[in-house]
Amino acid sequence: MLSAMKYASPTTVAEAVDLLGSEPDARVYAGATDLIPQIRAGRPEPNVMVDLKRIERLCAISSSGSTYTVGAATPTADICAHDGLAAAFPGLVEASGLIGSDQIQSRSSWGGNLANASPAADTPPSLIVNDARAVIAGPGGERTVAAADVATGPGTTSLGPGELIVEFELDEPPARTADAYLRLIPRTEMDIAVVGVAARVTLDGDGKVAAAAIALGAVAPTVVRVPDAEAALIGNEPAGDALAAVEAAASAATNPIDDKRGTVAYRRQVAGVLARRAVSIAAERARERGGQS
Amino acid sequence: MTVTEPKPRYKYVGTRPVRHDGLEKVTGRARFAADLNLPGQLHGIVVRSPHAHARITSIDTSEAEAMPGVKAVITSEDFPAVAPGHRQYDMCVNVIARDKVFYEGHALAAVAASTRDQAQAAAAAVKVEYEVLPAVLTIDQALAPDAPVLHAHMMTAGANPPAEEASNISNITRFSSGTDMDAGFAEADLVMEREFTTRPVHQGYIEPHACVADTGQDGHTTIWCSSQGHFNVRSSTATLLGWENTRIRVIPAEIGGGFGGKTTIYLEPLAVALSAKAGRPVKMVMTRDEVFRATGPAPGTKLRIKLGAQSDGNLVAGDAYLIYTNGAYAGPGGLLGAMTVFESYNIPHFDIEALDVVINTARSAAYRAPAAPLTAYAMETLLDEVAEELGIDAMELRLKNAVTEGEPSTMGFPFARIGFVECLEAVRDHPHFSAPLGPNQGRGLAAGYWFNIGESSSATVNLNEDGTATVVTGSPDIGGSRASMALMAAEELGIDPMDIRPVVGDTEAVGFTDITEGSRATFATGMAVVEACRKMVVELRGRAAKMMGVDVDDVDWVDGQAVYTGSDSDKDPLSVADICAKAKRTGGPLTATGSLEAHGAGPGFAVHLCDVEVDPETGVVRVVRYTASQDAGTAIHPSYVEGQIQGGVAQGVGWALNEEYIYDSDGVMENPSFLDYRVPVASDLPMIDAIIVEVPNPAHPYGVRGVGETGIVPPIPAVANAIYDATGCRIRDLPMSPIRVLEAITANGGSNGS
Ligand SMILES: Cc1cc2nc3c(=O)[nH]c(=O)nc-3n(C[C@H](O)[C@H](O)[C@H](O)COP(=O)(O)OP(=O)(O)OC[C@H]3O[C@@H](n4cnc5c(N)ncnc54)[C@H](O)[C@@H]3O)c2cc1C
Repeated sequence: MLSAMKYASPTTVAEAVDLLGSEPDARVYAGATDLIPQIRAGRPEPNVMVDLKRIERLCAISSSGSTYTVGAATPTADICAHDGLAAAFPGLVEASGLIGSDQIQSRSSWGGNLANASPAADTPPSLIVNDARAVIAGPGGERTVAAADVATGPGTTSLGPGELIVEFELDEPPARTADAYLRLIPRTEMDIAVVGVAARVTLDGDGKVAAAAIALGAVAPTVVRVPDAEAALIGNEPAGDALAAVEAAASAATNPIDDKRGTVAYRRQVAGVLARRAVSIAAERARERGGQS
Repeated sequence: MTVTEPKPRYKYVGTRPVRHDGLEKVTGRARFAADLNLPGQLHGIVVRSPHAHARITSIDTSEAEAMPGVKAVITSEDFPAVAPGHRQYDMCVNVIARDKVFYEGHALAAVAASTRDQAQAAAAAVKVEYEVLPAVLTIDQALAPDAPVLHAHMMTAGANPPAEEASNISNITRFSSGTDMDAGFAEADLVMEREFTTRPVHQGYIEPHACVADTGQDGHTTIWCSSQGHFNVRSSTATLLGWENTRIRVIPAEIGGGFGGKTTIYLEPLAVALSAKAGRPVKMVMTRDEVFRATGPAPGTKLRIKLGAQSDGNLVAGDAYLIYTNGAYAGPGGLLGAMTVFESYNIPHFDIEALDVVINTARSAAYRAPAAPLTAYAMETLLDEVAEELGIDAMELRLKNAVTEGEPSTMGFPFARIGFVECLEAVRDHPHFSAPLGPNQGRGLAAGYWFNIGESSSATVNLNEDGTATVVTGSPDIGGSRASMALMAAEELGIDPMDIRPVVGDTEAVGFTDITEGSRATFATGMAVVEACRKMVVELRGRAAKMMGVDVDDVDWVDGQAVYTGSDSDKDPLSVADICAKAKRTGGPLTATGSLEAHGAGPGFAVHLCDVEVDPETGVVRVVRYTASQDAGTAIHPSYVEGQIQGGVAQGVGWALNEEYIYDSDGVMENPSFLDYRVPVASDLPMIDAIIVEVPNPAHPYGVRGVGETGIVPPIPAVANAIYDATGCRIRDLPMSPIRVLEAITANGGSNGS
């Protein structure tokens, strides 16, 4: 109902952590593109809304040469417009660009997308295949965890009381490495993933797979990795039998539900198809990237 | 897009000026119902049933009444009692439930408070006790021998022999050729029979229902609202309240989409009753959730059609068994399905039976060419199968059997001049028809028919002191009709259309006018405008004759001027502005009205061609090319005719591919938002190439036939036939969502992908 709510706009991480700890029902937000619709739909109202967008560190993109640091509240529109990120993580940037519409993109963030912990969120599978790390600040200081370890189930995270995500760290990918993200939605945009698949592939000099990571969204309570598919690729060309094995393993790794957005059978079948296609696209990009890194 | 050149014989009709309401709309200045706020206004919230079917055992409003800011709480007790048999019983008990609720979201009380939050809190505090009843959620459940009967008074109308017990069948419609059907089918070389099922869909207008009501101590009320017919809002609200029409003035706001869904009322009587009780204006605005749960769905169906054809493609016999659900109350779905199913083709032996069935879902409302898109889905996909089976081109089969002028319709009257064949030919001759297709692509052809209606319309033309004109009609403008009124008036009077202000008058400012429905505004209200203008021209000639000092018989109206045709002497012609300037000296203000009951609404035909690309591994269907021809009679404003065609296609494609009401097993709607109720977004559609065919309607002064509805009739079968062409799969269950398409492809032997 958005009635008697307080608004705070800290400018430092420490201030934000203090505010978050000051009231039991305080909530941080970046774009609020998840939070506001949830409140309107009747979820409990926070009594303090802590706006993270005034904290410079949370909205900055920087690179040390070997590592990119992306503020957790950075609008995905800025991420999509960043040439360095687009070159290094084309799949992750594509996933970011799929969120909502231009209007949503000007607000939506990786931090919100991950912390909201929707199984169907578009960027977490790509963050995970790229081994992104989340830097988390809280009353006890800062800690760094794998992005894969933030969401623990639909709507639940491993963040402790008073904790917030400050930024994400992504290592510059090695040579002949690229990622891809594909999602299935019935429409062309403004829709929610029925299945989402991120793949990252590193090729060796002979065009065989040296390393692979595949993660599925919207087919289980949290993002699932597909180790069997990854293993099937290693040492093989990303084609033929290896891709068929990827497809089968991805379907088998799903643990989906029947709901208004999709059936178990559909999600299972399409997860395999998209995994195969995402690996092909990632491998093709890795080939094009050649030795550059 | 096909450009139709302005007709040489008209100066303004057929041109494309910017619509008079255009700038206000694109700059956001146009006032919709929810934009109005009155001093001291309260906010009204409706209390709705969480159950699909239940008896209301008690309603306790005492706690809600005592809450902060609450000024009034109403239930059905605040309205005069109505009993079954009352002319508008269904409408009355749908607006506010009496002893039973019939669907989840059914309104049963309402609260007005100083703020919306206070009203919401109080609405949640209204205590309702229910005896929950088993919900009837599908046609099969409704027709099961042991089905719970929704309405104890529902005796099937049209049953033969007459119904002796109440049932969930509200109505049976039967049309037949009266010939021997067995003999008819015996003449056929090929007989094919198919069944189809479809689910309810929503009109999906962007603007939720909204109104403000201000009731004075004199017992009169003013309602500002968005509707397709404010005279209907007046009479329906009066019926519910037991008031005379004169106590209610309805002022139409701009309307943000209706598509048939705003031809009935939901909020207005509640707002008036709350306002009367509180002595303050009351504003009510539905949420999207309420719009989905409590308004509008178009019927779901089960359809069975059997066709008999001879080897040369000649259709000889057709049998249709159509079942429509109109939600919780009686409705016209089956009747309208029966009136449209075989109407486009010459079928000498036909037998049509249609059932209207009630179930525990929201009361259905009209949706663009109500019922016809579904009969077209069945008929036009079956025709495709017949064509394929006979080895005849789908276009040829339609051309061969298409109805033409003078031929009797299944409704028993001969068609006047119609443009079905011309629409077929327009598509056949379009480059799209023979363009190559890419991999995984398919092409589908389908036709559609809608009869259109006339009804009552009124218009007043006022000439202003400076020679400009105001055209007041009673038709809410839901598709650009104001521009068309101005163009027709401009043509008649010889004034530039931009010097004419077309407005929609309130119920006290213009004569009675029926709802904007049945594609009737430009047709029927246009006729009233023309009638008023022609009376005005007679008056103008008289005034000019006075000014010239000549006999009126010697004054003609030519190109917007009074021209002296006598031989006495030379007289300068007089323009409208000249005559207006002297009006005070020649007889006073220049005003004319036209009011009529319009007859002869020319039926509309449309032919669509759709290309889809199907991902054989995911079942995702993308529409990649779309061409639509439609007979407009005469396109008064071609851009808005094209807009109507394109809008119909967009909605029809949504209906075909993704739109559906999803209920849980208790009848609770699971997808009441535009996230999960998937209307197409702009990127889902290619540019739709609209071909305007012009076969003038002899009953209209400019040859107009309505164009608002026919465009939604062919898209579902056009998409279905295209999917078949791409995949080899016939999908006879809507929507043709990725899940269903992939299931069909898998059942058909899998994909040819990767
Ligand atoms: C129209 C529309 C379309 C959408 N389309 C998509 C889509 O295609 N794909 C998709 O994945 N999502 C979609 N979304 C959902 C949403 O936009 C995304 O999840 C977005 O990334 C959320 O980011 P945000 O900054 O707006 O999150 P917020 O709403 O600000 O926050 C979401 C949650 O995360 C918490 N949070 C936010 N930032 C932090 C932080 N730094 N540390 C800890 N907790 C934090 C908040 O407290 C809240 O619980 C859509 C939403 C809308 C309204």
